[in-house]
Amino acid sequence: MRMSRYIFVGMLLGFILYKSEAVSWFRIYEMFRFQSFHMFGIIGSAIVSGIIIVQIVKRRHVKNVEGNEITFNDKNKTIYRYLIGGFIFGVGWALAGACPAPMFILLGSGKTVFIVYLIAAMTGTYLYGVLRPKLPH
Amino acid sequence: MLDFLIQVRDFIAQPWPWYVAGPMLALLMFILLYFGHEFGISDNFRLMCAADGADKMNDFFKINWQTGEWNLLVALGAVFGGYMVSHYFLGDQGNIAHISDATVASLQEIGVKVEQGKVPMVPDFIGWDALLTWQGWLMLAGGGLFVGFGARYAGGCTSGHAISGLSALQLPSLIAVVGFFAGGLLVTYFVLPLLFPL
Repeated sequence: MRMSRYIFVGMLLGFILYKSEAVSWFRIYEMFRFQSFHMFGIIGSAIVSGIIIVQIVKRRHVKNVEGNEITFNDKNKTIYRYLIGGFIFGVGWALAGACPAPMFILLGSGKTVFIVYLIAAMTGTYLYGVLRPKLPH
Repeated sequence: MLDFLIQVRDFIAQPWPWYVAGPMLALLMFILLYFGHEFGISDNFRLMCAADGADKMNDFFKINWQTGEWNLLVALGAVFGGYMVSHYFLGDQGNIAHISDATVASLQEIGVKVEQGKVPMVPDFIGWDALLTWQGWLMLAGGGLFVGFGARYAGGCTSGHAISGLSALQLPSLIAVVGFFAGGLLVTYFVLPLLFPL
């Protein structure tokens, strides 16, 4: 089935983040204490490689699998939603020691307790949907 | 042949250094771009809400969640990946987080019992037993709540903003990442020390 390729992409994501220890609460703590280059190396080298890839894609007009040129949508140039939303996300990231991708990976590794995190994250997302009209963006 | 496969397995099962993991994440982002999609994991929470009936209760979830099927499959694949690593590609170091001596010392200072070389990947204060304490609830359920709310408010999480967004030189993503660190630093320096020992 055509869609099964996404499962393989997800599995690759699982390998990358588990084997590099980015799924570990302790690695996130270490990052926020600036006590090791490790996490900064992962994110930093991903960004540097990503910038190179995006520039090549843009300049060479690389096409996607359906034959359409790959395009990048500019995000709305506002500040509040990114700063406040980002801040709230950061609070959760440091508390749980896991962002969304590691949560799925750890769930699969047998840490069933992350189902609590998943339900809480869905609740948080729903809460945002409800409060959205009242929040500055 | 079997020997060779075991060698491949053992090679993959080693801890991966940052300079392998980072470029591979960028490659993964490109694979998704090639398939016509933007790498971003937290959107799955919204899709799951919509699929569970939130689309009938709130406009924000009035989306055709089937168009996000690819992303839900990536999340499902991540679950499988976690299973595969923990069952077949763990290696002898696989359940140890190789954090720095400085971090071990800082943790001991705030009352977390850890021993260098034996730091587990997932701490025991993130577990079912820990949910009997208010600190365990705050970290796991509170953390999840903040992550879910904040990711949607900011329009993305670590994958969507820090990797996809910054790779495309999006200034809003840089603001979001500054926000991630502001929140993370506040909790790490001022809140976590109040939680231990459990």
